[in-house]
Amino acid sequence: MNTRLMLDPNTPDPDGVYQMIIDMHKDLSEDESHAVNARMILILANHIGDKSIIAEATGVARENMLKCRHNNP
Amino acid sequence: MPYIPAEYAAVVPNIVNTGAIERTKVVVVGAGPIGLAMALDLSLQGMDVLVLDRSTQLTDGSRAICYAKRPLEIMDRLGFAQKMVDKGVNWNVGRVFFKDDPDPVYSFDLLPLKDQKQPAMINLQQYYNEEYTIEALAVRDSVEIRWGNQVVGVRDKGEHVTIDVETEGGDYQIDADWLIACDGAHSPVRSMLGRTFEGETFQDNFLIADVKFKKAHPSERHFWFDPSFNPGQSVLLHKQPDDVWRIDFQVGWDIDRDEIVKPENVTPRIKAMLGDDVEFEYEWISVYTFNCRRIDRMAINRVMFAGDSAHLVSPFGARGANTGFQDTDNLAWKLSMVDKGLAPATLLETYNDERLPAADTNILNSTRSTDFITPKSKVSGIFRDAVLQLSRDYTFARNFINSGRLSTPVPYPNSPLNTPDTELWDAGVEPGTNAADAPIILNGKDAWLLNQLGWSFRGLFFVGNQGISDTERSQIAALAAGKVPIKTLLVACTGTPVDNDLPTLIDHKGLVATRYGASGGAYYLFRPDQYVAARMKTFDQDKLRAALHRAIGSEGKYQ
Repeated sequence: MNTRLMLDPNTPDPDGVYQMIIDMHKDLSEDESHAVNARMILILANHIGDKSIIAEATGVARENMLKCRHNNP
Repeated sequence: MPYIPAEYAAVVPNIVNTGAIERTKVVVVGAGPIGLAMALDLSLQGMDVLVLDRSTQLTDGSRAICYAKRPLEIMDRLGFAQKMVDKGVNWNVGRVFFKDDPDPVYSFDLLPLKDQKQPAMINLQQYYNEEYTIEALAVRDSVEIRWGNQVVGVRDKGEHVTIDVETEGGDYQIDADWLIACDGAHSPVRSMLGRTFEGETFQDNFLIADVKFKKAHPSERHFWFDPSFNPGQSVLLHKQPDDVWRIDFQVGWDIDRDEIVKPENVTPRIKAMLGDDVEFEYEWISVYTFNCRRIDRMAINRVMFAGDSAHLVSPFGARGANTGFQDTDNLAWKLSMVDKGLAPATLLETYNDERLPAADTNILNSTRSTDFITPKSKVSGIFRDAVLQLSRDYTFARNFINSGRLSTPVPYPNSPLNTPDTELWDAGVEPGTNAADAPIILNGKDAWLLNQLGWSFRGLFFVGNQGISDTERSQIAALAAGKVPIKTLLVACTGTPVDNDLPTLIDHKGLVATRYGASGGAYYLFRPDQYVAARMKTFDQDKLRAALHRAIGSEGKYQ
């Protein structure tokens, strides 16, 4: 399969990026965190634009979660 | 004054008393908008049509109120679109509201379509559509409508279809060459033939109130997500002619269907929405649950299904009736040609090839709208709300708002009737796609391209500012004289002399050439339903003959 979704390291500052994502949730209730996650996904999906890349990303995200659910019930 | 549907006398044909079997060409079951359009189209194609309807009146409510451009183009071919457009409301502004914010999260302006005869969409009560079609049918001797005639049995005998009919004066039998079931969502014909109708029922209900306000309201489409006057649900407000407004409340699954439609229970909803001082009267109140379903086959030997009998969608996007008219557009010419022996019976099989995928596309679109409007899970609701709240500030999010994607024609790129391109086209109208309209000058007068297409196979020969050669002229004449003729029309630049033999369309704005991506020498072949069958950069009579052969179902996968 010709993978176009970047799944190898692609950011020079992984710790900084990770912290930004966590900070996005600062002082938010659980419902608000879900709401901000949804916004983040929509904003990035629009930025990427290419439906085939988004399809790969949704596939990887779901598949990985299901595999973990299977391993750690 | 609420609308009072036209009543017709129940017909008891003489044959009831004789016990003989009636022999007829085509029976259309159901005198709704699709059955009536089907009958008119077949009659105009030269067939005798008998329409049977079990009721004795037209529809009792406004029902389907949005008519999109392609169905209007079809009605224009049938001769009554102008009445629809003249009477209909041509709306442009839509506003989307979220919760209690009086300012819309998003407004849009559907700009009028430039240089096309028909508008993108009009709003008009279904009963006007039915009235106009019946007026057009009334002057045609080849069509008979029998009200109060209920079909109770259908048997496909191979060479004909046997139909059992009940009337108030007794029963009779018809042997018809063809039967077209336009008998609606609960299609008795579909049940009698044991066809499957698979899909899903949405566990939700919608309350329709058509009201006349005493004071003027703007001609805009308003859509609310989760307003406090209908918490957790949607509401649509849409204008119809005669100052009638459609209000559509989503009301959930657990309701008392008899109670909810009582005016005393609807009025508090409307007052909560528009204020206690709003004055109105009711024209129609109804409640519906919707389904997304389709029949397994739309053409089965001598029986064909069109409209709701073949497929059901949610109302969001106005894809119900609009799709049904496109079924009739697709079927009428095929049935007519097969019946006259001009095309093999395999042509009817392509009604399945073309209209089943169209039904699937419509179901997909309407299911997506439904999932946005009525989120099925908590997380789905979170995304829906995020889209709406982002939309106020960020234009990208507005594209995700889905309160119904308006009906547009579904092309048939994989149809076996298409001749695939053999040259590189970077613009234009692809085979399997409906013709694009454009303004032209014909015989010195303003006219429209689409009005020159339809009914038979027609070709547009782009001749630029030159005429055609003698060789081309004789080849065009030969194509026009074939068993299935191709009538050629010339598309010429302003100033080019009009041809003595062939209709010459003056492309004074250059829009025909632009919209078809065509330069001098190019040729487009159109089917009788105005869809492109083939195109070539240079006129070639052999290619055209092959394309015609294919477009009548004699080639491709049916070879």
